[in-house]
Amino acid sequence: MDLSWLSLADANTRWVMTGSVLLGVAAGVLGAFALLRRRSLMGDTLAHAALPGIAIAFLVTGSKSIGPMLIGAAVAGVLGTLTLSMITRYSKIKEDTAMAIVLTVYFGVGIMLLNIIQRMPGGNQSGLDKFLFGQAASLVGSDVQVMVVIAAILCLTVLLLFKEFKLLAFDQGFGSMLGVPVGWLDHLLNLMIVLAIVIGLESVGVVLMAAMLITPAISARYWTDRLSAMVLLSGLFGALSGVLGTLASQLGPRMPTGPLIVLAATGLFLVSLLLAPRRGLLSRLVRFATTRRRLIRERTLRAIYELAEEAGEASAAFTSAELERRRGIPVRVAEPALAALRREERVEGGPGGWRLTVGGLREGHRLVREERLFEVFLMHEAELGGHMVDRDGRGPVFPPDMVAELEVLLRLHELEPRLQPGTSLEGGL
Amino acid sequence: MTTVALPPVSIRDLTVAYERKPVLHGVNLTLPEGRLIGVIGPNGAGKSTMLKAALGLIPAVSGEVQVYGQPYRKVRREVGYVPQRSSVDWDFPTDALDVVLMGRYGHLGLFRRPGSRDRELALHALSQVGMADYAHRQISQLSGGQQQRVFLARALAQDARVYFMDEPFAGVDAATERAIITLLNELKARGKTVVVVHHDLQTVREYFDWLVLLNMRVLSAGPTERVFTAENLSKTYGGRLGTLSFLADAPGPIAPAPASAATPAAASAVPRAGVAGGVGGD
Repeated sequence: MDLSWLSLADANTRWVMTGSVLLGVAAGVLGAFALLRRRSLMGDTLAHAALPGIAIAFLVTGSKSIGPMLIGAAVAGVLGTLTLSMITRYSKIKEDTAMAIVLTVYFGVGIMLLNIIQRMPGGNQSGLDKFLFGQAASLVGSDVQVMVVIAAILCLTVLLLFKEFKLLAFDQGFGSMLGVPVGWLDHLLNLMIVLAIVIGLESVGVVLMAAMLITPAISARYWTDRLSAMVLLSGLFGALSGVLGTLASQLGPRMPTGPLIVLAATGLFLVSLLLAPRRGLLSRLVRFATTRRRLIRERTLRAIYELAEEAGEASAAFTSAELERRRGIPVRVAEPALAALRREERVEGGPGGWRLTVGGLREGHRLVREERLFEVFLMHEAELGGHMVDRDGRGPVFPPDMVAELEVLLRLHELEPRLQPGTSLEGGL
Repeated sequence: MTTVALPPVSIRDLTVAYERKPVLHGVNLTLPEGRLIGVIGPNGAGKSTMLKAALGLIPAVSGEVQVYGQPYRKVRREVGYVPQRSSVDWDFPTDALDVVLMGRYGHLGLFRRPGSRDRELALHALSQVGMADYAHRQISQLSGGQQQRVFLARALAQDARVYFMDEPFAGVDAATERAIITLLNELKARGKTVVVVHHDLQTVREYFDWLVLLNMRVLSAGPTERVFTAENLSKTYGGRLGTLSFLADAPGPIAPAPASAATPAAASAVPRAGVAGGVGGD
């Protein structure tokens, strides 16, 4: 297998790689803002809307050079955003419908114009269809130089207007009342998205371009809760997708670079979805299992305590079958919990019967008391002034003055846990 | 003609329409300084709309809003704003301190980043609402009441003279409600003017010392004890007000006031709020 391309010695591969990275960075950075503004599909709309611009640029100039094509795409994209805002402002049509209208009408016109061009003499050599699905291999140095300039302008603008874009994405109304020109920023952001699309037109094409605006951004959101980090990561994921896609396309002849870049971005998304800390599926699964185990453990310990309380004897022993029959904890659930409780020296004994240890009695008393305080709280919520209880992860937290009130109520209802932690485990009560 | 300083907010002939349906009709209003002012009225009365239109967030068909005698656009820094909590996406990737820092953006201008002094002010604002410990908490992990406090802190960080607050008590827990009202009274004590859109009639008398009764137009405006009467409320709410029991302990006139009740305020130093002329009762 020829691996010489890995050195990027071949100039063409180098241009393709550079172009893909630039596309990834620009689309990733701007996609982060589009995503947070819930405008993910805006990119798709504007990318499709660019097609008639490309066709008209060819019809007007008759040249296949990249400059006019990109200008055509940009102009059509901007007209697309204007059409969009006209529709939403002057009709009752909602934004999602308006996007669908702009996307289909512009794209339809674009396809029609492509057909006309192909029927013209020499038209079928125009190679305009590469803008549909992208053809990274056709990238040349001059294209990439234009892309570098555009990408640099985009990133610099985001850097300079970072706090304004943040405000626009988080709370447009507040920004507007502060005097931040949110209307202009909105147009600017759309224009910048159009430019990022223009960067990607040659390598990824109008049809798949939306993926480059959406996928790296949503992946980045999984890894961080800070906007600056999200924007950086999104650009990084975009760039990485560009690199991976380009490398993959070198593995065989005539492998399409654009779709591979999109697939690489999707791969990064799947990794994020599964493995990201806190938000990832795996981490959520682990958290869920941990919480579930803790709750079952506490429920089992409480059950033994309360059965012992009923028996009036702290050292009374109960089998897991009794726990199921009298407390409704299925045997298969209780047994692992009992084994864990034994390791922690909260219970002792075995299948023949489980009883509390000194430590188990202490913790059981605390857990049962907490649960009953909450029970009394629910009974008397209205009289207590309707305090909402701030449950901070580990169950209800009452303000200290309320605990005193609740304890009085606990005594009135005769719900105080009767087995005191100090009770001798030998004699019972 | 009063000789006191310019009023913090004066609204003249404000009309706002969605589509063709007017939501606010010829609102004339002059708000006094240093008061805690409640804007009261039924659902759909245009309370939030009035606030938003005054701040230029939604276009008005006609009308003029002045803050300390100047168009709002020229004196933005005099005004702080607390929008409805539900107006933003709380899953946004940011923390409480960062949201509060947004209150400083109006003082920064384009391109400039908030500095250490802004961070100090933002942290101070957070501690004023009892949220100092939550400065670096991701905002989606705050309770509804805590989110509302963060919004309040952001308005405090604006360091304004007039505050507009859109339903700050909506959907918050009792502890937050008490914290907010304490804070609003502190603002008042420092001479700030606080305008609050509110819909819980039970707490009106306790919370506000000045009221605007609104239902598409201003039906009555003035000190609470004069405005919060059974007659005014039934004018504002029409037949929709089930019970006026909370008026029973009212010290002021509960009995239907004479139709001219709105005039004696001329004696007060407070610039009077005019009810829109030409809009007849229904």
